[in-house]
Amino acid sequence: MRIVVDLNRCQGYAQCVYLAHEVFRLTGTEALTYDPNPDDARRLQVERAAAACPVQAIMIDRLDGAERGARS
Amino acid sequence: MTLVATLAELVSDFRANGRIVIVGASLAGLRAAEALREEGFSGSLTIIGDEPYEPYDRPPLSKQVLKGWMPAEHTLLPRFREVDAQWRLGVAATGLDRVARQVRLADGDQIPYHRLLIATGTRARPWPNPAEAALEGVFALRSRDDAARLQQALATRPSRVLVIGGGFIGSEVASVCRELDIPVTLTERGPAPLVGALGGVIGEIAAQMQRDHGVDLRCGVSVSSLEGDAAGHVRRARLSDGTTIEVDVVLAALGSIRNVEWLQGSGLAAGPWGVGCDAGGRAFDINGVVTDSVYVAGDVARMPHVLYEYQFLAMEHWDNAVFGAEVAAHNMVNLEPHYRPHLLLPGFWSGQFGVNIKSVGVPPFGDEIIFTQGSVKDRSFAAAYGRRGRIVAAVTFDHGKWLEYYARLIEQSAPFPPPPPGWDRPDIMKPVPAEFPAPGVPTAIPDVVLTGHDPNERRAEFRPRGH
Repeated sequence: MRIVVDLNRCQGYAQCVYLAHEVFRLTGTEALTYDPNPDDARRLQVERAAAACPVQAIMIDRLDGAERGARS
Repeated sequence: MTLVATLAELVSDFRANGRIVIVGASLAGLRAAEALREEGFSGSLTIIGDEPYEPYDRPPLSKQVLKGWMPAEHTLLPRFREVDAQWRLGVAATGLDRVARQVRLADGDQIPYHRLLIATGTRARPWPNPAEAALEGVFALRSRDDAARLQQALATRPSRVLVIGGGFIGSEVASVCRELDIPVTLTERGPAPLVGALGGVIGEIAAQMQRDHGVDLRCGVSVSSLEGDAAGHVRRARLSDGTTIEVDVVLAALGSIRNVEWLQGSGLAAGPWGVGCDAGGRAFDINGVVTDSVYVAGDVARMPHVLYEYQFLAMEHWDNAVFGAEVAAHNMVNLEPHYRPHLLLPGFWSGQFGVNIKSVGVPPFGDEIIFTQGSVKDRSFAAAYGRRGRIVAAVTFDHGKWLEYYARLIEQSAPFPPPPPGWDRPDIMKPVPAEFPAPGVPTAIPDVVLTGHDPNERRAEFRPRGH
């Protein structure tokens, strides 16, 4: 799956880190890093993290592979 | 039929049967394509990109990818809706014929358009000596391939990395090197890292932060030459102060070059600072007259900003690509009075040395700075930038939750110094000069540049000191 975090919006509440620590990490107290293309098996975790984000900064792919058109 | 009804019919005919070409298949190009479909454009859409990859996100490349947490190909951007486009990836646009309304591609194809969006962005400025730049172990960092190559080099545990340039990319890479426990030297021609983007007062704090984390930081120094061994691998750097350092990985972090060469001869206001356009994303021609069919978005765009005395701003920021693309897309399929302006309050972030640096507004527009919250010693603070008695920008180190407070003040053109938000006030609150380098002083080029009122104004090219 594919995600992107709007890090302008992110304020480091770290709810995502608690809910999906394999995908989201804090460096220090506020700087968030994350895996933009986590394994599909983590989708539920990531969706929970996105829902729990107090500033709604986590955006998730709304298309599956077949609909994207472009191939890498 | 009335004129108004005719115009309305033209718009709906264009939305159904028009041809739109987007040149640039990165963040701005993708979001513009999605926004066009969202706006109801159902005509033909072509997206041209010089890289062979579908759109990916660049900010992770200098951070989690370099650390080796995930491979560079793990950065593909999420898609929010179908775009039903013809993708021409791996082939660069090489020319624009505005009379014939065609984009020329490197493979000889001509792609016709009714409306064109230019979103070709920037590329990394290479090390200026081509023979030295070709040495093995010398890198730049902009693309996914760049990041993959540099990550591989770091994974071989080099004895020392040299980072040339103390802007955001250079500082972030130095931070990654220290996290990986790799010795690193960073040279910056200006008096401190981040000085172009945030000024000398904040630059001094960033310098101390780098030194505390073990970076061998050398300011006021430039690299005169790079030397390789018999096998063509970089081994040594000679600095302008006469010293040499032994290195086996070099990153040239010298800022960016806007991808405008393909527009030569097109008659557009395109130059080293980007493509001039109005605040609705409509490109200017070379005479400063706005065009009706060519639009610009993302890093390559430069447009007047109402909050900054209508100066032309080029903003190499993530949010500028997203919102600029949405505004341009909207305006491409609408007519006056339904145009929208791109009135972004620019913002950016940079994670380095365990600290989250965030900013809002345009710091180099200010000439004074005041610390308003927190503690510089703890590297957890907020500071505001002012010019002529009003607040124009703010920066936070691990104080990002407060940035919105300052953003509202900047939007209202509130007085400077601003009223503190009434929480963790520092002991001393007094404006001091922000110490931005004078225009023309060579240093890392800030991500937001003020480029003057004239859309065709040109400024000095990059010239390494001592050459």
